[in-house]
Amino acid sequence: MSTTGETAVSTTGETMGTTFDVAVIGAGIVGSAIARKLAGYELNVALLDARGDVGDGTSKANTAILHTGFDATPGTLESRLVREGYRLLSDYAERTGIPVEHTGALLVAWTEEELDALPALKEKAERNGYDRTRIVGRDEVYRQVPHLGEGALGGLTVPDESIICTWTTNLALATEAVLRGVTLLLNRRVRSVEERGGRTVLRTSGGEVNARWVVNAAGLGADVIDRLFGHDRFTVTPRRGELLVYDKLARPLVDKIVLPVPTARGKGVLISPTVYGNVLLGPTAEDLTDRTDTGTSEKGLEFLLGKGEKLMPALLREEVTAAYAGLRAASDHPDYLIEADAGRRYVLVGGIRSTGLTSGIAVGEHVAELIGEAGLALTPRKDLPEPPHMPNLGEAGLRPYQDAARIAGDPAYGRVVCFCERVTAGEIRDTFRSPIPPSGLEGLRRRTRAMNGRCQGFFCGAEVGNLMDTKGGSACEQRHPSPEAQR
Amino acid sequence: MTTDITTLTPDVVIVGAGPSGLSAARALAPKLGGGVLVLDRESTAGGIPRHSDHPGYGIRDMRRFMSGPAYARRLVEQAEAAGATIRTNATVTGWAGDRAIEATTPEGRIRVEARAVVLATGARERPRPARLIPGDRARGVYTTGHLQNLVHLRHGKVGRRAVIVGAELVSWSAALTLREAGCRTVLMTTEYPRPDSYALFSVPGRILFRTRVATRTRVRRIIGRPELEAVEVENIDTGERRVVECDTLILTGDWIPDHELARAAGITLDPGTKGPLVDSALRTDRPGVFAVGNMLHPVDTADIAAIDGAHVARSVIAWLNGESVPAGQVRLVADAPFRWVSPEILRPGDPVPSRRRLLLWSDRYIPFPQVVLRQGGKVVARRRLWWPAAPGRVFRVPTGILSAVDPKGGTVHIGTR
Repeated sequence: MSTTGETAVSTTGETMGTTFDVAVIGAGIVGSAIARKLAGYELNVALLDARGDVGDGTSKANTAILHTGFDATPGTLESRLVREGYRLLSDYAERTGIPVEHTGALLVAWTEEELDALPALKEKAERNGYDRTRIVGRDEVYRQVPHLGEGALGGLTVPDESIICTWTTNLALATEAVLRGVTLLLNRRVRSVEERGGRTVLRTSGGEVNARWVVNAAGLGADVIDRLFGHDRFTVTPRRGELLVYDKLARPLVDKIVLPVPTARGKGVLISPTVYGNVLLGPTAEDLTDRTDTGTSEKGLEFLLGKGEKLMPALLREEVTAAYAGLRAASDHPDYLIEADAGRRYVLVGGIRSTGLTSGIAVGEHVAELIGEAGLALTPRKDLPEPPHMPNLGEAGLRPYQDAARIAGDPAYGRVVCFCERVTAGEIRDTFRSPIPPSGLEGLRRRTRAMNGRCQGFFCGAEVGNLMDTKGGSACEQRHPSPEAQR
Repeated sequence: MTTDITTLTPDVVIVGAGPSGLSAARALAPKLGGGVLVLDRESTAGGIPRHSDHPGYGIRDMRRFMSGPAYARRLVEQAEAAGATIRTNATVTGWAGDRAIEATTPEGRIRVEARAVVLATGARERPRPARLIPGDRARGVYTTGHLQNLVHLRHGKVGRRAVIVGAELVSWSAALTLREAGCRTVLMTTEYPRPDSYALFSVPGRILFRTRVATRTRVRRIIGRPELEAVEVENIDTGERRVVECDTLILTGDWIPDHELARAAGITLDPGTKGPLVDSALRTDRPGVFAVGNMLHPVDTADIAAIDGAHVARSVIAWLNGESVPAGQVRLVADAPFRWVSPEILRPGDPVPSRRRLLLWSDRYIPFPQVVLRQGGKVVARRRLWWPAAPGRVFRVPTGILSAVDPKGGTVHIGTR
């Protein structure tokens, strides 16, 4: 087992010969959090993903809200883990530098019916252990969000709802897992499983992986993997959520999350600032069958524009910077489905819907408990490395281009490559020296924000592509080569 | 944890080293003993012409016919020869006072406290998300700027079969670049009933490139994961759709000024151009802050932008000399089919607009337009022009038409008969 902090990321090749204590399938937020937690014990852990990068499925495209869990179904596992996760992730974000802004939310009632539903929502929040909501009148709604469209009748404030960087959250958890000695196995799509004398053989698109225990955190593919283990408990329906990201110039229009009154179909269309300084409008909710269809649709975009016009007409006068779609792993099960099968040495972590961003770390703790109760010996390690300090992608903190001391130490942080998002050559270079370097342009964008801005590459696309091809090398003098770079 | 910031105090700071900014620098520097600083965020000065590697530049300002890169180099040489200082890799990040800005450079953070600021930040093409084109997140979708950066500056590869959205001047520029990169343009789409470019391009262009221009069409869906495979093209009149196979999609035109700095300063924008509202002396409504080039009229050709730069020099010098702004003003407003007119404000005693032309953008093709000025509900001037107003390029109207405007008569509307 590797406990020296030496990193192991493998995108190809065999792991024959190694039998891991635990293999976690899925390097999204939930899977990464589980692997990180388990690597805190004397265990040899592998983290597998079908894709070429961590966080390339459901975890990369959501509304990036750190939820209090005020509107969960009371008494459910989801309610408890979101509430715990809020606390754990808030604390983790502070220690690792994940951008968070405690903006608060305002739930707006547009009809008498919705207005009548507010007291019940307040009471539900209290049953979820959250007692800081407050019902406010129409005037207070417009005082808090002056650019809101006409017709709001009242609202419910949720002062602790926050916005977070989902990309950095995933990357921080996966990075810490790797720093703790987890073997990250990318491009490993699990095709079949076989029980072989006290261990499970996972046959993947990138070779066989052997493990005594398997944790299935495969998100959109969790039901498929579950069936490979002989279960038939639930079905995942990919629910597409399309979102529009408005220009940073729209940011002064709204400084908190504006939520609709939730319905059975989901949380409805919201308007939210982002930690990158933009404004988000979305998501739609459309059940699909294709688990890979992250395209946007004519209908979806039209629907959002219609909603936006009613919610905040001034927002629609601004430019759209990005349009994207995420797939949520909706399931036919009303709660998280986290169950250990001791006989098969297998844990299902399914039905983790959009709240998984918030609850991920709490899910990790819960899974460790379950797996320990099911018979895996958990001996805490005493030699754990410090959590990583992540590059800051948030507007609320100091970014390298603003940091004179940092630029003085390394001019690469003064060379702005992506003008719209103000990403420097130094930051791009650093990603290639990090424990989990990007495997493609999309990964680089999630790690730095490069090309995510209003010009979408008009000015910087060619340069960023060049830095991608040369692994950040050509554009900046390597004045302070890191240990990784010297290897 | 910021340490010391270097403060610079030129007379004039110009933001943007494209044709308009460099021309302003060239005109101002000799009059100010060199106290002109030009900042540009790119690593090489010259602006968009740097990567438009085809002839057609410098016609009106230099009386020459040259390639974009040669033109860009010449603009830089001239500005430097005139005594201006050009700093590249300098990204202006915000304001630090009425006429002070902050920038990030590899040499550190700098603060520039000038007596006058000239904004020359240009314009960009709207990318796919801003055009709300739905479909897959396919690779192979570019704006002309991205494409030309890729091909001319980076010698990068594109695909083999391209569809170009737009059939205006810049679209043919994209087609030229694609041809050089070994990529065939199989279709150009335009929402207008006819190609918007000069006949000079359209007819030989079609023969030269073997390209069809599909009028009254638009791209409604992008198909292909992860690489572009096809686009769905809709006939706007019939709603009929067809799939056109391609591995490259170039989104041309549909310009938006890079107006971030102007908006951050609270400068009033023209809702039509989305650039700063200026008078014929190119003053914005923030004292001592001027604007030039294609951020005011997105977009005219580079030489017209450059002539703006020369034009602003006189106004900047007047401001530095403490001359006051003439009292009284008339607002000029574009009526349909015109989307915008530039400049938007006329003052008695101010210089006539740059090159004695009003610049307008038409949403409709009119072969021989009769331009009409209305003030106080009455027609005050009309003029038949012998060149067309066409969508996709700037329509220029001689300023002689303004002689009938009453400086005290209120808003002037410019339209057609």
